[in-house]
Amino acid sequence: MGDLFSNLALGFGVALSINNLLYCLGGVILGTLIGVLPGIGPVATIAMLLPVTFNLPPVSALIMLAGIYYGAQYGGSTTAILVNLPGESSSAVTTIDGYQMAKQGRAGAALGIAAIGSFIAGTFATLVIAIAAPPLAEVALKFGPAEYFSLMVLGLVAATVLAHGSLLKAIAMVLLGLLLGLIGTDVNSGVARFSFGIPELSDGIGFVIVAMGMFGFAEIITNLEQGDEQRELLTKKVTGLLPTMQDFKDCSGAIMRGTLIGSCLGILPGGGALLASFSAYALEKKLSWNSAQFGKGAIQGVAAPESANNAGAQTSFIPLLTLGIPSNPVMALMIGAMMIQGIAPGPQVMTERPQLFWGMIASMWVGNLMLVVLNLPMIGLWIKLLTVPYRMLYPAILLFCCIGVYSINNSAFDVYMTVLFGVLGYFCVKLECEPAPLILGFILGPMMEENLRRAMLLSRGDPTTFVTKPISAVLLGVALLLLFVVLSPALRKKREEAFVED
Amino acid sequence: MMSKIKNEKDFWAGLMFMAFGLAFILVARNYAMGSNVRMGPAYFPTALGGLQFVLGLVIFVRSFLSHVENGAIKKLHLRPLFVILFSVILFGVLLKPAGLVIAISVLIMVSAFGGNDFRFKEIVFVTIGLVVGSVAVFYHGLGLPFNLWPEFLGY
Repeated sequence: MGDLFSNLALGFGVALSINNLLYCLGGVILGTLIGVLPGIGPVATIAMLLPVTFNLPPVSALIMLAGIYYGAQYGGSTTAILVNLPGESSSAVTTIDGYQMAKQGRAGAALGIAAIGSFIAGTFATLVIAIAAPPLAEVALKFGPAEYFSLMVLGLVAATVLAHGSLLKAIAMVLLGLLLGLIGTDVNSGVARFSFGIPELSDGIGFVIVAMGMFGFAEIITNLEQGDEQRELLTKKVTGLLPTMQDFKDCSGAIMRGTLIGSCLGILPGGGALLASFSAYALEKKLSWNSAQFGKGAIQGVAAPESANNAGAQTSFIPLLTLGIPSNPVMALMIGAMMIQGIAPGPQVMTERPQLFWGMIASMWVGNLMLVVLNLPMIGLWIKLLTVPYRMLYPAILLFCCIGVYSINNSAFDVYMTVLFGVLGYFCVKLECEPAPLILGFILGPMMEENLRRAMLLSRGDPTTFVTKPISAVLLGVALLLLFVVLSPALRKKREEAFVED
Repeated sequence: MMSKIKNEKDFWAGLMFMAFGLAFILVARNYAMGSNVRMGPAYFPTALGGLQFVLGLVIFVRSFLSHVENGAIKKLHLRPLFVILFSVILFGVLLKPAGLVIAISVLIMVSAFGGNDFRFKEIVFVTIGLVVGSVAVFYHGLGLPFNLWPEFLGY
């Protein structure tokens, strides 16, 4: 316990330095700003804003990126409540009751409870990370290549199970991602694979290029296709941002349950905020004394999913910080950002760079506090932003994407590659193939190959090493079990229902 | 004659995955396979490509068998696709030789044709605003190494 406090003290020392406070603030504001815009999710937001952090020291860069992430989450809820359009998928359920509340003139209370619920959830999740991360990282340090390989298999299987739509297509997308990730120079033999003699390709394809093409460009194009969306802004002025005492009493249970569900689901590979908010809403609808009001403006229907998605967003940092393995596309981007900063993600980060590790954790709490405080004075600005029509917004989004991609290597070639991935992303949307599993596969591809090779070398070419090592066997067993469970007809139906709202 | 395609999306998705799988296997034939103990650069991609091909085949075959409600592909709107991507390519081509100001202006003006509601005056204002903003933030603020103006002007 004493360790925990001295660690957190170290972290807050870093996070509360004037510079880092400013970067955190900047990240939270930028993230909210972009997250408020309907049609851009957190992945595109982070990819877009990545170059802003290039010239910062690693701690500040990661603090800022984390701020952008939960800023984007929070911005999404604002849009969900005010215009009935989820700014990003994890606030899709918030639209149900949030918009009804806004219709009844209680937009202020809905926004307020979303912010406060998120803050409580964020505080709890920060503690969970601080307590759970060190022992997990210790376990992870004992992992050999076989265990790592199996862990990645489990992560990828879980990611496909939790993706919506066809399971087969999700697995195929993972495979495609793994393959694309292999493009570039093979570390063992030095052979430039799949580079077709193009020098830029021998370094591999940057993950920002893939993310920006498949999420950023493809999203803009599909949004334009759908024509002018119906955006109905209910209130030009939001009053009464502070919920009443009665609201607090009504919501305390919902916030607590949402926080717990979110914290658990966030850790799961492939989980994170989206799954957390859906499950929290479904559970609250069953448990709440007020369940008759759900769908008609129940404040619990806002509090529960908003708390859950924020808790989930934060605990999804646990696999990243302890194992160096991303559990969702946002975390894949964070890994990429760490690599750009010259940090190899993994359990050693905590021991080798305690300032970075604990500073980042402490800054999460600081960032959440900022979101609550900012919400009050800034809400008018966000509302203004929502009245800007999409035809004026998308050229700006496009521009930020282009500058972002170009400035990674100062290369126009990267911009053209992004166009290619934009085309691929567009057709994937048309063919109902989810891009998220591809991104995960893409980031894990080289790591998987590396660990597979090492494991096989250690076992002298005996593939049974993956099932004779106990930890590895358990991980693979869980992966297999997950696949069977999902393929069973009864559950398949449930899974389809669960994603219907999306 | 083949039986009717019941799920157009899966039909094309299956073909796409098969093509990718095959392409990776074929290209990987140029590299050394290695052994189980010491895997060569071709080992993992060939294995993955094979799996990819088989999965694609399953998806492809199933598209003839199982009927779904909305299996048809929604209409492709090629205009936004081409206009947006073309404007991005122009940006890439222009940025170095013509400088940031021109590249941004072209990107915004051209991409504005991708929507179905083009308003000239409005887009001019948006362009001016974004050029000024980007120069301030990216060039002066973040110090990203762009040329502001065309190279031949000597800046």
